[in-house]
Formats: sequence, structure tokens, C-alpha cells
Amino acid sequence: MFEALIRSFSDMIYLALIKEDRFNFLVNGFVVSVQLTFSAAVIGVALGLVIAIFKIRNKGATAAFANAYITVIRGTPAVVQLTVIYFVILAKSGLPAMLIASIAFGLNSAAYVAEIVRGGIMAVDKGQTEAGRSLGLSSLQTMRYIVIPQAVKNVLPALGNEFIVLLKETSIAGYISIVDLNKGGQHISSITYNGMVAPLCVAYIYLLMTTSMASALDRLERRMRAGD
Amino acid sequence: MISVKNLYKSFGKIEVLKGIDVQIERGEVVCVIGPSGSGKSTFLRCLNWLEEPDQGDIILDGVSMTEHKKDIDKLRQKAGMVFQQFNLFPNLTVLENITLAPVKALHLQPKQAEENAVRLLARVGLEEKASAYPNRLSGGQKQRVAIARALAMNPEIMLFDEPTSALDPEMVGEVLDVMKELAKSGMTMVVVTHEMGFAREVADRVLYMDEGVIYEQGTPTEIFVTPKKPRTKEFLSKVL
Repeated sequence: MFEALIRSFSDMIYLALIKEDRFNFLVNGFVVSVQLTFSAAVIGVALGLVIAIFKIRNKGATAAFANAYITVIRGTPAVVQLTVIYFVILAKSGLPAMLIASIAFGLNSAAYVAEIVRGGIMAVDKGQTEAGRSLGLSSLQTMRYIVIPQAVKNVLPALGNEFIVLLKETSIAGYISIVDLNKGGQHISSITYNGMVAPLCVAYIYLLMTTSMASALDRLERRMRAGD
Repeated sequence: MISVKNLYKSFGKIEVLKGIDVQIERGEVVCVIGPSGSGKSTFLRCLNWLEEPDQGDIILDGVSMTEHKKDIDKLRQKAGMVFQQFNLFPNLTVLENITLAPVKALHLQPKQAEENAVRLLARVGLEEKASAYPNRLSGGQKQRVAIARALAMNPEIMLFDEPTSALDPEMVGEVLDVMKELAKSGMTMVVVTHEMGFAREVADRVLYMDEGVIYEQGTPTEIFVTPKKPRTKEFLSKVL
């Protein structure tokens, strides 16, 4: 009885992962998920910084744009944004799905990054800016050498959290026919008629990725805390 | 050196400065005293344009600040400022705090800026703290570094905004000593302070501010020993 259970369990693993090198669905999916997360994070941080600065300057059209942007992105589900961008806005663009997904996830992340960065900059004591300006530094120099380095330290935990959320969010990429880690797992399930092994493997790999991101950020944070 | 003409400043509906006229000569040490809310700090912050006045002008070395708003960064380099809360940059070491502005704004060679910084640290008695971060310093040490940082720009005038008010009592002396030495070296200084002893001993002139105007001014003796006007007398009777 017990032996039979072990046997059927190892059969399942063999079918899901070993036979015909099916583990490759997970390996390739993992690479796709990492690529998506990384490129979306780059777009998200760059655009998020710009939007944050628009909001902090609080002047005219740029501030209105920033507010509208954040409202729309935060007010609609990511999966809806992804499908709208893929099937409507960029439907005729002929761009590869990976690029479109990177843009979509980047645009989504930018709204959250903007709010995080804005909070971090506002949290730097006003006296820091005054001290910089009183020494004859320009407002740009004061931002660059004094305010931003302190803001980065303030926002690092929240920003790291956003990257972890972003990684998990990319698991909806399958909606536009990208085979990421999640979709790769689904493939295995449908080939083998077994919905147990692959989802557990997928969950475990996501967990490995998020925990290693968390510990990398932890180390970075500790190193940046030199001056506290 | 610096002349202030008909200065007005409001925050919303509250009128803080109601017409300030004063002339400060080179090498003069001017202490500004008065009750809280009388506009002392706002007046001082207007002198290097941290607050933009609503009306009036400040003429620094013959250059009108109102007419040269675009060159404000250059003009500010002539006026060093020391704050009540020190405002050292916590992300930089003591030495970097001092060399940042000379390197970035005056385009000094880093090596030269460092030599200057070390010399200034020695002057305020903190040469051994060069590589420490500000969070490792006591309040008095922070304020002395802040003074060295302002001096590194070779300012023609130093502005002090209640430099000892945030310090534990036992650290007030070390900061005042540095300021006294500075005064003796011929630096032009404007000091907003509650340290009446310092004002009495070091100031060439004392301004008593009340309700947004310079209500009475004179030598320390004139203000502290023989004040003429009623509100000055009342204030001094409370603080002395």
C-alpha cells in the first residue's frame, strides 16, 4: 500500500518533469519571467521617477498628467491593462508579445514606483534642502547629491516590495500567449493530465525567486545604512 | 557690506516682517534678540533668500538680490548659514559634508578642498572626526562641523539662526567659543540668539526685534543696561 503510493508519486514526477525533458517548460518559463520582471522594473523606475517629479513640482499640465496616470493605473486591474494594451492599443503595432508585455508591466509598475519615490523625497527633511541651497548649490545639485541619496535609502524597502509584487504580477503574461513560468507549468499539466506536480513546482520556484530578492534587498539596505 | 531696505514678508495672512531697514558693516557682529514670533529667524533667512521677501530689497556687496534672482546660487555663496537643527548631510562623512559645496559649486580640486576642510576642522577642534558620519557626533560637535562647512565656502558674512538652541546646556559653550573666535578673526556675523551673555560680550550691535520691526537697537550696553523703550525693558526683565 505505502510502496504503491510512493510508486505512483514518483511516476507523477517522472511524467511531469523528466519524460521528454518536460522540466524545460519550467526552466524556459523561469527565464521569461525573470526577463519580463527585469525589463518592466527598468521601465517602471525610469518612468516612475519622472512621474514622481511631475507630482512634486505640482505645476500645470505635467502634474495633471501624473495624477490622471496614477488614477487610471491604480484603478484598473493589471490583467485588464495588459490585454487592453496587447489587443487594442498596440494590436496593429506588430511588436513582439514580450516587448508589449514589458511595456505593459512597466507602465503599471511606474504608477506605484512614482508614489513610493514621491513619498521618499517628501520624507527628506526640508532643512537638508535649505542647507544645500544656503551653501550655494543649485536646486539640481541639492537634489542629486543630498536629497535623492537619502530618499533612495528611505524608499528601498518599499521599492523592493514593489519588485516582488511585479514578479508575481508577470504571472498573468499567459493571457497574451507568453509562456512564462506559470504558463509553462500549465502546459505540463495539460500534457500529462495531472494538475498536481507542475503547480507545486511553479509555486516553489516563485517562492525561491521572491525570497532571494528579499534577502538581496536586505543586504543592500544594511550596506546603505552606514550613516544611520 | 549688506543693506536691507524696507523688507516685508507675510506667510499667508500673517505679516511677519513689517518694514525692516538695517545696514551691516564689514567685520561687524550683530546679534538679533527678541521674543519668539517677532520675525528674527525670518529676517535672517531673507538675508540669503531662503525666504523670498514680498517687498523690499537686500543689497549684498553692492549687488541687489531682487534684481539678480537668477544669480542667487552665486550670491548665496557669499553668505554662510548655520541652522538651529545643524542640518548636516547624514549620507556623507564629516569631511564630505565640508568638501561637497566647494567642489561642486566653486569647482575646487577635491584635494585642495580636502586640505581646506582638514584645516577648518582643526580650527573648530574636530580634526579627528573627519571620517565619521554625523550620527556619531554630539550636538555640539555637529554644530561645529556645520560652522566649518559654511566657512569652507569662504563666505563674506556668516548667518547664525539660533545656533545653540537645540543643544544640551553643557555643549553650548564649545559652540559659542568657536563663534567668539570667528568674531575675533574679523568675520562679519549676524546671530539670532537667546544667549544674552554671548550678545553682551561679543556683539558690536544688538537689534531688538518685536512684532516684525526692529523696535530698538544699539550697543550691548545701550540695550542691556540702559534700554529706552518699554517693550525692550519688559522683554529684558523676563530673560535676564
